[in-house]
Amino acid sequence: METKKESLVLSRQFEKVNAILEKYSYKVDNLITILQEIQAEYRYLPEEILTYVATALQISPAQVYGVATFYAQFSLKPKGEHIIRVCDGTACHVKGSSQVLKAVRENLGLREGENTTSDLLFTVETVACIGACALAPALMVDEEVYGQMDEEKVQQLIDRLLGEGEKADAV
Amino acid sequence: MRFESQEQLEKYTAELKSKDRKRRVLICGGLGCLAKGAEEVFNAFREAIEREKVEAEVEKLEENPHLVKTGCMGLCEAGPLVRIEPEGILYLRVEPADVEEIVNKSLKKGEVVERLVYQENVDGEVHYWPYLKDVPFYRKQVKITLRNCGTVDPENLDDYLARDGYLALARAISEKTPDEVIEEITKSGLRGRGGGGFPTGRKWQFARVVKADKKYVICNGDEGDPGAFMDRSVMEGDPHSILEGMAIAGYAIGAEEGYIYVRAEYPLAVKHLRKAIEDAEEAGLLGDNILGSGFSFRIIIREGAGAFVCGEETALISSIEGKRGMPSPRPPYPAYRGLWGKPTIINNVETLTNVPIIMLRGADWFHSFGTASSAGTKTFALAGKIKNTGLVEVPMGITLRDLIFDIGGGIQGNKEFKAVQIGGPSGGCLTERHLDLPIDYDSLSGAGAIMGSGGLVVLDKDTCIPEVARFFMNFTQNESCGKCVPCREGTKHMLDLLQKIVKGEAIPSDLELLEETAQVVRDASLCGLGKTAPNPVLTTLRYFRDEYLDHVIYKVCPAHVCQAMREYWIDPEKCRACAKCARVCPVSCISGRPRVPYVIDQEKCTKCGACFEACPFDAITVEWRRKEDE
Repeated sequence: METKKESLVLSRQFEKVNAILEKYSYKVDNLITILQEIQAEYRYLPEEILTYVATALQISPAQVYGVATFYAQFSLKPKGEHIIRVCDGTACHVKGSSQVLKAVRENLGLREGENTTSDLLFTVETVACIGACALAPALMVDEEVYGQMDEEKVQQLIDRLLGEGEKADAV
Repeated sequence: MRFESQEQLEKYTAELKSKDRKRRVLICGGLGCLAKGAEEVFNAFREAIEREKVEAEVEKLEENPHLVKTGCMGLCEAGPLVRIEPEGILYLRVEPADVEEIVNKSLKKGEVVERLVYQENVDGEVHYWPYLKDVPFYRKQVKITLRNCGTVDPENLDDYLARDGYLALARAISEKTPDEVIEEITKSGLRGRGGGGFPTGRKWQFARVVKADKKYVICNGDEGDPGAFMDRSVMEGDPHSILEGMAIAGYAIGAEEGYIYVRAEYPLAVKHLRKAIEDAEEAGLLGDNILGSGFSFRIIIREGAGAFVCGEETALISSIEGKRGMPSPRPPYPAYRGLWGKPTIINNVETLTNVPIIMLRGADWFHSFGTASSAGTKTFALAGKIKNTGLVEVPMGITLRDLIFDIGGGIQGNKEFKAVQIGGPSGGCLTERHLDLPIDYDSLSGAGAIMGSGGLVVLDKDTCIPEVARFFMNFTQNESCGKCVPCREGTKHMLDLLQKIVKGEAIPSDLELLEETAQVVRDASLCGLGKTAPNPVLTTLRYFRDEYLDHVIYKVCPAHVCQAMREYWIDPEKCRACAKCARVCPVSCISGRPRVPYVIDQEKCTKCGACFEACPFDAITVEWRRKEDE
């Protein structure tokens, strides 16, 4: 049952992939941009789609997989709807980013080894530097930057994000 | 409008200047200020000004103050920043509630709201600096690269044109030959601002002389050094300068296509660059047959996908070609064989931003700033334990002391200065004795550091040096692409050794092994990432060897950072023998019996801190090991 449903969903998804491939005129040079757009659409890179992209661009699946696993931005596992990126750049590190990360993970109830909440709402990542060093320690929720974080501010932020999520669900 | 000729553009610029509104309210829209609520301040100003207009009693409020959301003004620490022109008043930490007062006092009467200006306590007396040009943070700065950043609206082409934008390009393509352009840049002494410091004019010359049907200009905006945000600020705050610089470079070497490679973590930079390209194309300042000269230049944005090694030029080229971003051996240099095998020049954001102003003001003007071997200025991102964190631009040759203490305001909480990490994970750690070193390319490499792209992270005495070295090694080890063995394996071993050191498990010979491995990685790696990765380790071993020895021999962390060098003790007076601590201890190293105080076995303890958290009577204390304990 499950696989049948999945393949049905996939066949529909390929339409979007085709549109993206079309937009970049099936050129191998644009592979990274193509994968970025696919990930923006599905929030990760499903294996079937990687193989499909390889066939469409007439390159080996290994080449596509190679690129998909080289860059930190790409994920082969589903990511949450919102990405929380905790900065662990030099400036943030010396100002206590590890406490910030710990607080984020605790507030989201993530267990050891987990990076995405079970409801697929949030994924937590660390990034090398978001360039907000003057606001250290900083984090980003999707494209929004929050600076000078501490444990208390993290808690307020997560509470607010969770609250917004619930509101959206209710609507 | 679309410009068809140089004359038309010159005329339009003159017109813009003549009707330039003197009264301007500039609100910093840099990342730092936005995160602190600059958007709300901007809206409050807009509403207040609208309201004043409606009330018609304009008093002295000049008819239509120009409200601008600019790029980064630099003093990120004190954001949101607001500047009132023409007086040049600078307000710090402005909140929407302050706007009314600023409008009433400053806009209507030209008066200063004293409580919002820069103030400092000098010997018990509070001093106020209402005007930007006098503020200690700005006084010693020289803005060449950042000439427009924080002054123009990055999303408005007219703002850029009013400051002679695209005139350098227009004059170059109609009045100068490509060779004359290259000569001017060579004469100016401009060197690559991305780290290496290669003379820009020479790089262009190499690409110019190669015969090829296509050539490319690449702008390297893959600012990956943790602790650096200069390029981001320029891309966000003054995108047109970069585009103009690229087009001039294209004209000089004979390229018609350019790529800007931007980090994916910089969405606002991408947005502003996109808008700038669209506007410039529409105005005929980019694209086909620019200003009727016959010269065409197109610019394409490529977003990086998160790989530090892509800052390396050959890796960056691979990435633009859609491949894994791995470096390749040089020669051939990209100037001969680069993107898709064609001659390519790769310049950093800051380098390109300097190009238009050099063409406008001349090589001699540019050379009058800085030192003999390093002309011009350099931007730095001040971060870490420094009072005035933010973006600064100073003439080459300034001392670290001036940069950190005069401009940066010294160390946060007036703590003791310990070291400064310059140039990010590829740079080096410099100490107190380097404070009077004039900063230029050559003096820094003499001290074992590099200019890098300009990240400058200040460390105080609460920072543990081996831990910082471990942090950088962890970063470079993670980012090593794995192509060459010395970098792939060497960084891993170095990280292991550093981990042993901070965990208190290292033996004295480990330090020699670390130093030896570092030298091999430095000498034998394929690309810049590996060649410079050992810098933090080598410089800290050179300048802070004692601190390493404390960790290795005495198992002591003088900065009180490394957790393994703590000890947990149970105060027998406070212990009620409730056994809570013994129950949570993951290694069962706490023993005791009813009514007798519990004891921690120091040999077995892993310093996890679980007992400390569990104790309901605050009977457990944390102590840092001291050398005398040995």
